[in-house]
Amino acid sequence: MNTPKELRYSEEHEWVQVEGEKVRIGISDFAQSELGDIVFVELPEVGDEITVNEPFGSVESVKTVSELYAPVSGKVVEINEELNDSPEFVNESPYEKAWMVVVELSDSSEVDKLMTAEQYEEMIKE
Amino acid sequence: MHKEDQPLIFELSTPGRVGYSLPEMDVSETDLSELLPEGFLREEEPELPEASELDIMRHYTALSKRNHGVDSGFYPLGSCTMKYNPKMNENVARFNGFAHLHPLQDESSVQGALELMYDLQEHLIEITGMDEVTLQPAAGAHGEWTGLMMIRAFHEANGDHNRTKVIVPDSAHGTNPASATVAGFETITVKSDENGLVDLKDLKKVVGEDTAALMLTNPNTLGLFEENILEMAEIVHGAGGKLYYDGANLNAVMSKARPGDMGFDVVHLNLHKTFTGPHGGGGPGSGPVGVKADLIPFLPKPIVTKQDGVYKFDYDRPQSIGRVKPFYGNFGINVRAYTYIRTMGPDGLKAVTEYAVLNANYMMRRLAEYYDLPFNRHCKHEFVLSGKRQKKLGVRTLDIAKRLLDFGYHPPTIYFPLNVEEAIMIEPTETESKETLDAFIDVMIQIAKEAEENPEVVQEAPHSTVVGRLDETTAARKPILRYQKAE
Repeated sequence: MNTPKELRYSEEHEWVQVEGEKVRIGISDFAQSELGDIVFVELPEVGDEITVNEPFGSVESVKTVSELYAPVSGKVVEINEELNDSPEFVNESPYEKAWMVVVELSDSSEVDKLMTAEQYEEMIKE
Repeated sequence: MHKEDQPLIFELSTPGRVGYSLPEMDVSETDLSELLPEGFLREEEPELPEASELDIMRHYTALSKRNHGVDSGFYPLGSCTMKYNPKMNENVARFNGFAHLHPLQDESSVQGALELMYDLQEHLIEITGMDEVTLQPAAGAHGEWTGLMMIRAFHEANGDHNRTKVIVPDSAHGTNPASATVAGFETITVKSDENGLVDLKDLKKVVGEDTAALMLTNPNTLGLFEENILEMAEIVHGAGGKLYYDGANLNAVMSKARPGDMGFDVVHLNLHKTFTGPHGGGGPGSGPVGVKADLIPFLPKPIVTKQDGVYKFDYDRPQSIGRVKPFYGNFGINVRAYTYIRTMGPDGLKAVTEYAVLNANYMMRRLAEYYDLPFNRHCKHEFVLSGKRQKKLGVRTLDIAKRLLDFGYHPPTIYFPLNVEEAIMIEPTETESKETLDAFIDVMIQIAKEAEENPEVVQEAPHSTVVGRLDETTAARKPILRYQKAE
């Protein structure tokens, strides 16, 4: 299971990459492998506000639909529209091609509350 | 012909062949263009299949042989109660006085049908412990929505406009949050505790002045009885909310315990599950809803009432949420449910519950040696295994389900409930014999062994069906939704 060291992780299996005052968000390699083949990704719109621990979208796999829980709060400034036509990116490239949204942080301390790669690996071992 | 080569009815078409004969026209013909605006007239003839009656009969009979139903084999689909549908029900539903009614007939000419509806309402009131019942909702989810709309109307009638939230457990049926959303509520999830029951601490945290209702199945989707139900009712009622009972799992407690006595205010039943309406082929279902006294004014109208021995539709219900279905619900299914209740009687319905629970516990104990059992306690009418052990060997629950097809079984519900990893949810129902249960258990044990010794045979299943493993991913990502004629 691939868990890049430079990212932070939420208990709901989202990864967060800090880019200045913004963060890029996607779902982890572990999450995509648990979900199976992804067939649809539903994302918020640019301009939407998302709130930490609340759903901001969903991913549908062959076996289930799962909500995406916001790892941080903020305003959506970019979404990955390619996932509309290519949901398979989530399986093939969860950390690169399948980033989902870029969010302008409203409270940067929320990032510090997220898990490190080591902590996340420890959690998914169970 | 190879059995997998069954052509489409369109491919069987031969120009000019007809499978019908109509009587001579005895009214004058009018040109369609005089009746319909130009934009609505088609320019080309529709390409309908042209085939003889015998060709059509053979085609659909061949397709029907590929089907699997309760009448053809064991169907342990968890949470769906795929029990046998007695043929007596079919006889009664075909009585002239039921089958040949017109819904607009005068009440005086359909007193027998109204009596049946009234009596069915009364039986369901007794079984659920509620105060009044509507037979209108077409099926379970429709019943949920109807119940929630009544709860909404109730709060609004009390000037209580801020109750916007419906609480559902994380093990809930997917229809619960969906119905709540369609009824205009926001859904809040309450967690399960380590015993698989609603976490009371978490429930206390999420209830409040904005709580409209808590939706619950009891037993829950893990097949476990929510033993703290009275305390939960107190918590929700204390906050001013209502308790909604999803009747999907009523087969586990019918005639033993009543939702009304547990503190529920609204109940929907699935007559097509618990009360043997045929389902699994698209229904129709029937989802009556029962309510406690304070919600009666909001019931959909009309309700069948009885006055001086005469039955009538009561439309005089000013606070009603209105009609939720044309006419009076799925009457034919209600006739079947009535027949079932009268055939079984109170003792029969008790026995149903006892056997449903016994069968599930028997299977659970025999299978617990070979599959993970996440909640090791007595279950009610169904139980949930986890395919975790097999997953470590590279065999997923989906593979196990596909492998079951090779043995002629409809697989159990899989990947549900969501709070169990690699879930396998088995509901045998009361109508299966011990021999049938044993045969299925033996196959499940064989598959567990195959996962260890020969995983490919499971991973590549099914091997004996008309079509093999379907590419569900491509079907979902790149669906072909329209038939294209071969050139």
